[in-house]
Amino acid sequence: MAIINLKKKEVQAKIVYYGPGRGGKTTNLEYIYKKFRSRIQTEMVTIKTHGDRTLFFDFLPIEIGKIKGYDIRIQLYTVPGQVKYESTRRLVLRGVDGIVFVADSLAVRRKENVLSLKSLADNLTSYKKSILEIPLVFQYNKRDLLEEGIPLLPVEWLEKDLNSKLKAPSFEASALKGPNVVQTMKKIIILTIDSLRKDLT
Amino acid sequence: MDKQYISDADGQRTYIFTPAQLSKIEAVLAEDLLDVGVHSVTLIDMAGNIISTMDNGENKRDLYSLAALAAGNFGAVSTMAGLIGEEEFSLLFHKGKKENIHFSKVTEEFLLITIFGKEVSLGFLRLKVAEATDKLVEILKLGS
Repeated sequence: MAIINLKKKEVQAKIVYYGPGRGGKTTNLEYIYKKFRSRIQTEMVTIKTHGDRTLFFDFLPIEIGKIKGYDIRIQLYTVPGQVKYESTRRLVLRGVDGIVFVADSLAVRRKENVLSLKSLADNLTSYKKSILEIPLVFQYNKRDLLEEGIPLLPVEWLEKDLNSKLKAPSFEASALKGPNVVQTMKKIIILTIDSLRKDLT
Repeated sequence: MDKQYISDADGQRTYIFTPAQLSKIEAVLAEDLLDVGVHSVTLIDMAGNIISTMDNGENKRDLYSLAALAAGNFGAVSTMAGLIGEEEFSLLFHKGKKENIHFSKVTEEFLLITIFGKEVSLGFLRLKVAEATDKLVEILKLGS
């Protein structure tokens, strides 16, 4: 849940990058951290295993300037993608205001994307939130691998599998190389702040 | 403009804090905790957002990261409690060489993080945190 501080005229909102394991959620945050290093005053926080997988979450706070006179502070989080960390994912989703679903474009990961989206919907329900209502953006990651001849899911399939009902904005991206990483973030921030707009008097 | 605290009980999206509410919260944090020698005290929500923070001005800490980690830590420990059949653990405290950190649930949605040194005993701190918590609960209840 977002916090609106009328004394400091500040809004804090929480955006979570969700998706299957090894899909590129942490890589998104690392790219954003590198790109906006001069505007981010703190270090990126990561809680990883020795195998470099996200164990709990990554955290990156970012100030994006003023909207309607309010300083907007966005807290970006990732969840651990591995199936066994379901209870940890649920914890990170607590109080979430907006979600980026990072889908893995690899052809072999089709089922994992669908299962991860289902787990997202279930976990939101446990907080009395609906995937149909929360600000949501899809990112179809790893599109750069097409050039290397690696079999990828066509975007139409990804849209049909994941986004046919939700009809959320979607981006083809490469978290590793950068295309559409910032655009994905900008879109979810706009949707999230828009959803709070009625409270910003 | 006199907006009030909105409960998250039904999936509510936003908490709005008025200047008057925040001033009262700051007064409690300052008078009940900073004045007895605590180094810094921060009220956060369980999502890891900061509501209010006060310190003695001697340290510059990355409070946003601390809040995110504290909320995650508290959530993880609560889940652990559930797994072993406890409703919750009443004492959450980490001891360091110079600094200690104490976590205390204020309501289902808010958490108080207190950082203190050797000059304050844990027992005294817990007493002061309990007193501050009672006052904060009343302030947070306003309008709910």
